[in-house]
Amino acid sequence: MQEIRRKFVIPGDTIVEGNVRPLLNAHRSGNSIISSRIGIAEVARDGAKVIPLSGVYIPRVNDIVIGKIKDHSSLSWDVDICSCFSAHLPAQDLFGRDFSPARDDMNRQLSVGDIICARISTFDRTRDPILTVQDKDLGKIPFGELLRISATRVPRLIGKRGSMIQTIESATSTRITIGQNGLIVVSGKNKDGIELAIRAIHMVEEEAHTSNLTQRIRQLLNVPDEQQEGSTNRDDVVQEAVDEPRADVLANNERANGDESNAEDGNYSK
Amino acid sequence: MTQARSLIDEGGKRTDGRTANELRDINIKVGVVKNADGSALIEFGKNKIVVGVYGPREVHPKHMAQTDRCILRCRYHMTPFSTDTRKNPAPSRREVEISKVIRESLEPALMLEDYPRATIDVYIEVLQADGGSRCAGITAASVALADAGINMRDIVSACAAGKVDEKIVLDINDTEDKEGGADMPVAFMPNLKQITLLQLDGRLDKDQFNACLKEAISGCERVYEIQRASLMQKYFGNEPELKNGN
Repeated sequence: MQEIRRKFVIPGDTIVEGNVRPLLNAHRSGNSIISSRIGIAEVARDGAKVIPLSGVYIPRVNDIVIGKIKDHSSLSWDVDICSCFSAHLPAQDLFGRDFSPARDDMNRQLSVGDIICARISTFDRTRDPILTVQDKDLGKIPFGELLRISATRVPRLIGKRGSMIQTIESATSTRITIGQNGLIVVSGKNKDGIELAIRAIHMVEEEAHTSNLTQRIRQLLNVPDEQQEGSTNRDDVVQEAVDEPRADVLANNERANGDESNAEDGNYSK
Repeated sequence: MTQARSLIDEGGKRTDGRTANELRDINIKVGVVKNADGSALIEFGKNKIVVGVYGPREVHPKHMAQTDRCILRCRYHMTPFSTDTRKNPAPSRREVEISKVIRESLEPALMLEDYPRATIDVYIEVLQADGGSRCAGITAASVALADAGINMRDIVSACAAGKVDEKIVLDINDTEDKEGGADMPVAFMPNLKQITLLQLDGRLDKDQFNACLKEAISGCERVYEIQRASLMQKYFGNEPELKNGN
């Protein structure tokens, strides 16, 4: 098991000195690795990184995001993904390769104001993100309550191997779709359940890096405590708070596919 | 012609009772504007300034966007009730200039190249002014930028020093600014040990200049500790150290 050292940092703080690779939100200055964000710095064998606690969503290829259609051109829809970049969903993605702007009415598939769940297929610093809905569980979200939390809180909301979101879903009989960009859709038949789930989600957002959050969520949802799952010490909380979003998406997808056996991937078995 | 009054008494105390190298009371509260991406309220003596940071976000008008980097826009504005006599809310020459120098003092600390085609907007609203509001504005803006989660090389701290009654003093207030001999606002990145703003209003000889700069930098370092504590308090509460876990 490799040793990971953690500490709280703000921009400009030295994380570590020496021959260490700067990874996420860290940069080298002379012989030191410096933090560029507020967050929890981690130094492991592969390098030093900072898990940020604030900031807007910056798209990454393969992220699952929830967006709102805000306009369309003759070839694509413009999608607001709550980022500094506006995303585009090509019309061919929904109409197929024989899409013709002259023949096909784009409003037939998606109109302004619709909410979609999509994956980022292409993005780099020279062009805006391109979305795709060609995957399982992607496409238009027809109903549900839409809410927004900070993108940095998404890993905490999902929890270790999807534990937090599973707890909320099962206790409130709802289905919760989470985008990496911080947009969330809560759907279900029971109105009270949806309200309770929204309260729990906001509680996770506000108290993301505090101790005993899992216990308090269980209390809110009236779920009996399970000793082995309750995060009662600070290290567990931090571990859950700092898990990488990419791993959470994987965990979430695995959870959605009902494949629990592969959930414990490398990112969780530190 | 009126006789200039003495701004430092026989005991070495200044008009507000401080010693030569004493800062005014500084209090910074982070995250005060709910709708902003990052914000801070600073009380720097009698100065009260609220800063809101929005972004990175899409640039409007679009032609202002830079393809290789983010643009930083700052607005320093004094509210009509911030001074003794009402201030016209329209941007004055002084406010336009201070907005520019604040932008230039913050830019070296920001990794603007990380957000191409975007903008970061910083709104600095002076609620109550008492000399040194540009330094207080820079200090609060830097905290608000860190709160907004923007990639930064370092926090920028700012503090003024100056000459009053031929003595070098730290953190000039409004009376000393108007009646004193010189005022030198300095913005400084304490970890990188780099100056991002250096202005001087008044006359200093070479020794006085060096002493003044040294005093201002020591003030910036003390301001940095307060900035750091306020950010730590907001994000990590009363637990400054993280127990090493694996």
